Amino acid sequence: MTATQAIMTSHGGPKGRGRASRGPKGRGRASREWPMTVLGIVFLAIMIFPVYWMINSSLQANSGAATTSWIPLHPTFAGYETAIQQQSQNLVTSLIVSIGTVILTLVIAAPAAYGLARFKLPGMRGFVFVLLITQMIPNIVIANALYTLFTSLGLLNSYVGLILADTAAQIPFSIILIRAFMASIPPGLVEAALVDGANDFRAFVSIVVPISKNAIVTAALFTFLGAWGDFLFALTLTSTPSVRPITLGIYNYLGANVQAWGPVMATAVMASIPATMLLILAQKYISAGALGGAIK
Amino acid sequence: MAAVRADSAGGAERATLGTPDSRRRRRYSHDLIGWMFVAPAILFVLVFFGYPIVKNLTMSLQNYSTTTFFTGFAPWVGFSNYVTIFADPIFITSVINTALFTIGSIIFQFVIGLGLALFFKRHFPLSGFLRSLLLLPWLLPLIASAAVWKWILDQGSGALNQFLGIFGIAPVPWLVSPTVALISVIGVNIWLGIPFNTTILYSGLQAVPEELYEAASLDGAVGWKSFWYITWPSIRSVVGVVVVLGVVYTLKVIDIILGLTGGGPANSTQTLATLAYQKSFVQFLFGQGAAVSNLLIVVSLIFALAYLRITRKEVDE
Repeated sequence: MTATQAIMTSHGGPKGRGRASRGPKGRGRASREWPMTVLGIVFLAIMIFPVYWMINSSLQANSGAATTSWIPLHPTFAGYETAIQQQSQNLVTSLIVSIGTVILTLVIAAPAAYGLARFKLPGMRGFVFVLLITQMIPNIVIANALYTLFTSLGLLNSYVGLILADTAAQIPFSIILIRAFMASIPPGLVEAALVDGANDFRAFVSIVVPISKNAIVTAALFTFLGAWGDFLFALTLTSTPSVRPITLGIYNYLGANVQAWGPVMATAVMASIPATMLLILAQKYISAGALGGAIK
Repeated sequence: MAAVRADSAGGAERATLGTPDSRRRRRYSHDLIGWMFVAPAILFVLVFFGYPIVKNLTMSLQNYSTTTFFTGFAPWVGFSNYVTIFADPIFITSVINTALFTIGSIIFQFVIGLGLALFFKRHFPLSGFLRSLLLLPWLLPLIASAAVWKWILDQGSGALNQFLGIFGIAPVPWLVSPTVALISVIGVNIWLGIPFNTTILYSGLQAVPEELYEAASLDGAVGWKSFWYITWPSIRSVVGVVVVLGVVYTLKVIDIILGLTGGGPANSTQTLATLAYQKSFVQFLFGQGAAVSNLLIVVSLIFALAYLRITRKEVDE
């Protein structure tokens, strides 16, 4: 969730784009710049090494023996076979919980963002402050209290319980993100629709939401990632295998003394696929939003 | 907020009755519609943030045991949970570990992050591409990162000890020695935080007008001088945000520690967050867990308020 804010700031600003396109001016500079690229690749290689190691180990059946080679010279998918066999149900659970969280988050966050951006009533600024503060409250605090609440409501070990908890964690950021975009919509657009006889809710659905598509999709992607990566709520609010997200599947591997890392790393790779896709998709959406802003 | 709501409700009533003052009527119904958009979110925040905070306060004054959840009976015990916690040597260890973990993580994340941000600011070929790939470690599920690091830091056959072995260095017990484990966990957390720091600081550097550097270079300020007199003063507020947010988020860290060491060995990596988890969900002493949680909230809120002070201008806009 925190990650997302920085991504927004880094890619969202039109300034950054303008500067980047100004980059290499003459051919002469390029020769001086290539050593920088090499250095950049070295830095990145160090930072990305664990990701490489994850993939490398997932393709080696004997990961765990002292002879894990640095390159998967003889790749095997045995690790993935074991992982899929043991974790496919958990992957489905994660998918259900994440999609449910995205839907519930958007249904609540998008109207709230619009209300906060357009109506600017007394007290609303206070609510935005509250939203900022909520992002800083440790999740263990929430989990502590939700455990007792969910016990009495019968929501432990349920999809609904996890979806509610994950939504709570994602809503503040989604509201703040979408609100920032909706505040830039010219009020005239909505007023024109109101003059034409639409009420505020119709105007919201038929005008505001389509215009805000990029912000909403971005919020959806980040919400998905947040719910997908959730570990603490899964750990505290579920205890049976029937509703067990993939993060908890990985954790359960780690709890025991790991003998074969192949299946563990294969599971980690599968659990990382959405993040990798987000890195591609979100950039597309965020730069599209920035370009759209520049054209106006 | 309650007052505002009551106002709007009254406005709606008057609106249906048809007050002659139509402008005022329209304003009230306008207000009501505004609050209707926001109401579900307010309700959600009340239930999932307001309630837990209040509940944690009351829980910390009650004696929860394993049977509480069957009988529903948790007697009031005043401040005895806090007394127990403060007298617990593990609590003292956790406070020290939390401080070391937070300070160690923040300093190195920030310095390395700033270094990388300055590096990427130079816009060499592929810099944008490399910078976006840098985000990957930070987007992965934390527990997946914890898993791969646990494997890399494995004493017997982990990649790090294999690598060090090339230089004849004896295997280091990264995660199983009480003296080394905290350093290892801090190291992994630094790795996790570098993309965040780099990205925010990079965006801060982008906002410094190029003209400032050009003007300064005419006056002879280049290299370190231009960093010290131009860059640093210009990004100081961004630095404040990064550091304060970093502290708040580091205090919350729990996935990484539970995944890597579970707080062990011998509580050497136990922090306030993991201790709160242990008390509540391992020992089922929810009263003590809530007491630790409340201390964690107080510390977080101090830094959260500092953050809001720094960003108040942004919110006001």
